Formats: sequence, structure tokens, C-alpha cells
Amino acid sequence: MSLSKLLGAVSVASFLAAPAFAQDYPARQITMVVPFSAGGPTDTVGRLVAERMSADLGQQVIVENVGGAGGTLGAGQVAKAEPDGYTVLLHHIGMATAETLYRNLAYETLDAFDYVGLVTDVPMVIVARRDFEPADFPAFVDYVKANADSITMANAGIGAASHLCGMLFMQALDVPLVTVPYKGTGPAMTDLLGGQVDIMCDQTTNTTQQIKGGTIKAYAVTTPERLDVFPDLPTVVEAGMPSLEVAIWHGIYTPKGTPAEVNQRLSQALQSALADEGVIKAMADLGTAPVAAERATPEALKAHLEAEIARWQPVIETAGVYAD
Amino acid sequence: MDLLSNLALGFSVAGSLTNMGFCLIGVMLGTLIGVLPGIGATATIAMLLPITFQLEPVSSLIMLAGIYYGAQYGGSTTAILINMPGESSSAVTAIDGYQMARKGKAGTALAVAALGSFFAGTVSTFLVALFAPPLTAVALKFGAAEYFSLMVLGLVMSVALAHGSVIKALAMVILGLLLGIVGTDIYTGVPRFTMGITQYADGLNFVAVAIGVFGIAEILRNLEDEHEREVMTKKVTNLLPTRAEFRQMVGPVLRGTGIGSVLGILPGGGAILASFASYTMEKKLSKTPEEFGRGALAGVAGPESANNAGAQTSFIPLLTLGIPANPVMALMIGAMIIQGIVPGPSVVTDQPALFWGIVASMWIGNLMLVVLNLPLIGLWVKLLTVPYYILFPIIMAMSSIGVYSVNSNAFDLYAVAFFGLLGYAMVKLRFEPAPLLLGFVLGPLLEENLRRAMILSRGDPTTFVTRPISAGLLVVSVAVLVLVFLPQIRKRREEVFTESDA
Repeated sequence: MSLSKLLGAVSVASFLAAPAFAQDYPARQITMVVPFSAGGPTDTVGRLVAERMSADLGQQVIVENVGGAGGTLGAGQVAKAEPDGYTVLLHHIGMATAETLYRNLAYETLDAFDYVGLVTDVPMVIVARRDFEPADFPAFVDYVKANADSITMANAGIGAASHLCGMLFMQALDVPLVTVPYKGTGPAMTDLLGGQVDIMCDQTTNTTQQIKGGTIKAYAVTTPERLDVFPDLPTVVEAGMPSLEVAIWHGIYTPKGTPAEVNQRLSQALQSALADEGVIKAMADLGTAPVAAERATPEALKAHLEAEIARWQPVIETAGVYAD
Repeated sequence: MDLLSNLALGFSVAGSLTNMGFCLIGVMLGTLIGVLPGIGATATIAMLLPITFQLEPVSSLIMLAGIYYGAQYGGSTTAILINMPGESSSAVTAIDGYQMARKGKAGTALAVAALGSFFAGTVSTFLVALFAPPLTAVALKFGAAEYFSLMVLGLVMSVALAHGSVIKALAMVILGLLLGIVGTDIYTGVPRFTMGITQYADGLNFVAVAIGVFGIAEILRNLEDEHEREVMTKKVTNLLPTRAEFRQMVGPVLRGTGIGSVLGILPGGGAILASFASYTMEKKLSKTPEEFGRGALAGVAGPESANNAGAQTSFIPLLTLGIPANPVMALMIGAMIIQGIVPGPSVVTDQPALFWGIVASMWIGNLMLVVLNLPLIGLWVKLLTVPYYILFPIIMAMSSIGVYSVNSNAFDLYAVAFFGLLGYAMVKLRFEPAPLLLGFVLGPLLEENLRRAMILSRGDPTTFVTRPISAGLLVVSVAVLVLVFLPQIRKRREEVFTESDA
């Protein structure tokens, strides 16, 4: 309560100071906090965007990796940062799920941040080991339902994209499978490649090359439309399972109380980065694409975050898994 | 024929002036950061990642790879000179290497480490070139049950690390296992033994623990006895190994290379065991096992070769599967992705110049390292003559900066301080840090794979003996146990007899 009062006071103060301030912004380098370790998929998205945003802003945007506790440490650090636009946070869907997964979060997700915009929605693919029997997605669903006792589903740890998608999958099919958690996508993928586990649902960033290389089998994508990289893969919506629709969306946030002009300026830089040929190409290689310009806005991100918190709360509570 | 043309392609890429230049920059940077206590390859590569985006993909990966194995070389330098291992592999080097340094043979230890590593690097680079795809297939046969049994073998071997009491060594292994439990349980998400501190949710930082129990403890111990300290620093004699010492090296280096190459291929943490395994093997095979822990040459030559061989072959899962074997490899994957190369099974066929260029550069880099490091040995050894009131504060400051730079987490520094004091208490009570560190590293892997194997077998513990590879590893563990304890028992009996004689 005292924190939010303080934040409120700061926000008023910075609002009053805003006109002169916003004109000079940005006057020095900006730190983009990525709450995961360097080299991971989120870090990659952050660095791609940061580099092109630097060009538009005329100041360097430096990526700082503050990993740990499912991204909540980095987010917590930005929540407490000076709301001057020189510290921003790039986070993914975990921003919304942490609200339920962590029962003693150090910040109030909806009160602690301002918004810059959405960045990209990374699609997910339902995959299986190379020699998994079913030929197509409907057969796959029937097979999983019929053999629920013997099928194992891998994920990259609690709160990971593969864990979230796995929960949705099991709730959509109404079959509890034996889940096998790993420390990250790498070891989970290794065991899928080696046939030690049966199925997984993970981001295209992690699965595309393996699918193309024929080392794992893909059954469906979790987006409303088919993907350019896999025109033959059906969507879950086509298969009549719209509740399985899920994407690992990424957004950029600022600490609560950042002047609206600054957020707008950052949003403009984000839109220009997302329109950059190099970014579009790099994202396409990963099996994803930048969001449309109208979604790379503070309003769109705010609405999306609120909707996603509401969507995941019952899913996580039904599964009864928490990260604390 | 294929291999020859592939290697020719590789050397034509890696041998270009630009790429040789980046390779040199990489290995020099790597050596430098390896020598600075606390700053590991992971932190450096993370910091340098943005710079490499401007380079050609091949050049940037050659440079990053150079940093990685350069740091392996440099890391043994600090382990030998100031008992400051930056990663688990050099913790083993520190045991005998530091004792050699205290006897005035720091130069020999460094030369042995460099030459052994070069040989191992050469052999394992050719292994990567020849067998990368088939070896990958073998590595994939390793599931949770196999990794569990491998870790059991590792723990059993850890007892051999001790040169004093076996009971005390066991106690340290168990303390290490317990410390390894700190952090979030990946199966339930429950934080364990974090004392409510979110910053420890991902566990204690390895570098913080290692620097504390080895380095800081050693500094504290040194400060209490001025006389001994002077003896250690002034008696620096021959820099290069003698002919007899060369002969002593051959066996350990060959065996270390073999064991390291095999373990490095396993993506689930096999490389961690390489230097420990080699140390155990050398001690068991040695005619003078009592020298181990007091400056045995084989205790440096074997583990250093094993470590370097493992570092090279751990590129196999990265290059053929796109799967990182360790955090450094994960960073390299990030670098590849940003360069527009998505790592995966198709890299070898789609980007032959990249794949073979990196393989060839590994050998070139190793050659550069040995040429670079042998003349530098004299310089490193001179470091020991720096007065302690200058050297010690610098070491403390550098290691603190290094530890902090990894995660920007102040709690890692508190851990350094705590483990420094714990390490000092251990020195006073004659407990050794190496078994503790091994327990700390293996504990989480042991638990993770035990529970995963049990989940996959639906709670059936026979999975460990019905899967052939796992069963084989367990049999070896029992054999090692017998080998370790038989002489102990015999010795105990002899002691009893001699006492009754007197």
C-alpha cells in the first residue's frame, strides 16, 4: 500500500515534469531487462528488437539479463526501478501466469507497470518422438486418449511455455498424462530426440529445426492460422479444439509512473523495429513474426495482459501446480 | 575421402587471415578471463555476445569457441597458482596443482597442464571430425536411468579424491549433496532451504561456493602464517618439465584424453565428471598413490587432458543436434540464432563451411593456446612473487566482481563470504573441499535423474538394473567401491598389526 502510494506520487511528479522531459528523451542509454539468461529464446527476441530500437531512438538499448525464479526476479527489479524510461522490461507470457503461479509475488502485476507494446506471438507446436505411431492429429488425439496410462509428456519446468501448453492440452483432452519436468528446453528436447519421452508442446523457436530435420514428429500448431514454415500442419482450431489455442506472446513494459510521452516514444521505436526487414527475417527463421503495428501499443499490451491473467488463473488453479 | 575434403574445407575457412585473427582474439580473451578468478567463460561470452553480432557468423562462433576453451586453459592457471578454481573441472586440478606450486614447481604444473590439454584437444578435435554423427546416436541412448547410474559412479569415485580420511571425505560429499539441494525443486516448484530468499530460488551459485571453499579459505589460511607464505613464493625453480616428468605424463594424458572424450559427448552433464574420473583412475593406477594430494604430476596431467577433451567433444551435441551441453553452449546457440543460423540437426549438411570451419578452428585455437601459454608460464609464476598484501586484496576484489557479474545478484557475494569462512573452518578441521564441490555439482543431477527415471518407469526401481547401460555403470560403481575400500581395510589391518608389534 505504501509502495503504491509512493508510486502514485512519483507518477504525478513525473507527469508534471513530463513536457520538458519527454522532449529530451532519450538522452542516454536505455537498459532493457530480460528476466531470463542470455542466449535463450526470450533473450534472442530482446536482442533482436533492442538493436533496431537503438537505431530509431538514437541511443543504445542495452540488454541486461536478470534471470531467476521464472522471470519474477527481473520483473521485480524493473517494478522497483526509476520510472524515467531508461529501464524497460521485455517479458513473455510468464508476466501473466506468474500472477497465479507465484502466490507471494513481490509486485502486483497490474499495478506495478506501464506498457509499451506487444512484440511477437511465438506459435507452439505439438510434437512427439520420431517413431510415435499416429499418422495425423485426429489419430494422435485418439491415441493419446486411449493410451493415457503409458504416455509421458515432457516440459521444460514449472511455468515454462511447454508446461503451460501441456496443462492446456491435458485439460482440453481431459486426460491426465504422466508429466516429466526438465531443467529447460535443451534437456527435454534431448530426451524427446532419444525417444525417452513421448510428447511435448513447445515454441517454434525450439522445435522448427528439429521438425525440419525429421528428428521429431509434428502434429499440430496452436495458432488460429497455419504457419508459413509448416503449411501442411493443421491448426488446433481446424481440429475443433479452439481451447488449445496458445501463443507465447512477448511485451515491453516500463515501471509504473513512466510519462505517457515516453511510453509512446518507446512504442514508436518498437513499431519501427518490428517493421525492419532484418527483424522480420530473423523472426521468420525462428518460425514467428512481429505483431501488427496496432498491437505494438501500450493499450493493446495492457488489454492483452489483463485478458491473459484472467485466462490462465483457472487453468493453473485446476492443475493445482504452483511455483512457490 | 569425404573426411579429407571436409577437413580441407574447414581449414580453408578457419585458416583465413580474418578467422585466424578472431580465433587469436578469442583464445587470448579466454586465457585472460580464465586467469582472472571468478570471471568464467559464461559471463564473458554473455558480455561479448552483442559485439559478435556485427561479425560474420563463422568468425563470431570461432571467436566465442576460442573464449570457451581459452578459459579452460586459463582456469587451470588460477587453480594451480592460487588455489582458485573457476569451474568444477579445475577444482580437481587445484588439488595437486596447487601443492606442486607450493613446492616451487608451479612452472612444471602449468606446462604439464598446457601440453596435456593440447594433446587432448588435438585428439578430440579429430574425434569430432570423424565421429560426430554416430557418437550423437550413442549419446541419445542415455536416458534418466543411465545418467543416474553415471552420477552414482561419479560419487563413488569422489571418495578417491580424498587423500586423508575416507569418513571425512564422505561427510564432505554429503554436505555437498545437501548444499546442492538448495533451490527450487523442478518437479513440484517448491523452494527448498532457501530461507525465504528469492535470490536463492535457482540454487547456490557454483562459482561462489568454489571460490569460497577453495580460494578465500586458502587466503585466510595463508594470512595466519607469514613464514610459510614466504617459503612458497620464493622457491620458484624450473619452468619446464624434465625428461623424466615428460615420461610420467604420457600415460595419464592418454587415459585422460580417452575418458574425457567419451564423457564430453553426453549432453546431460557427462563433461562434469571427466576430470574427477581421470583423477580417480590415475590415483588407482599409480604406483605411488600416497603422492596424490601432495603434488602428484599425474594428478594434474590426467584431469587437465580429460577436461580439455571433454570441452571439445561437448561441441558434438551442440553441432549435430542443436542441444547445449552446458550454459556456455546455450550462449553459443543464442549467438547462432541471432546470426540467422538456427542450430539443429541440419547444420552439418546445410552449412558445411560453418561446421567444418569451427571444427578446424578448434585445433588451430588449441595450437595457439599452447604457443601462447608456454612462454607466459614464466610471467604467471612471477605473479606468485607479488607481495601478499597486494596480491590478496586484488584476488578478493577480482573474484567478487567476477561472481557478481554473472547474475548481478548480491546474494552470490554473501555466499562467497559464507563459504570462505566455512572453507577456513574445514581447513582447520582437515576436511577437504574437493569432495564437497563434487557432491554439490552431482547432487542436483543425481536427484533430478533418479526422480525422472522413477517417473518414466512408473515407480519401478528395477529400471536401473534392467537397462543395460545403467546396469553396466552400476556394476562399475561396485567394482570401484571394492577397489577403493580394499586397500583401506588392508591398511587398517596393517596398522593394527604394527601397533600390536610395538
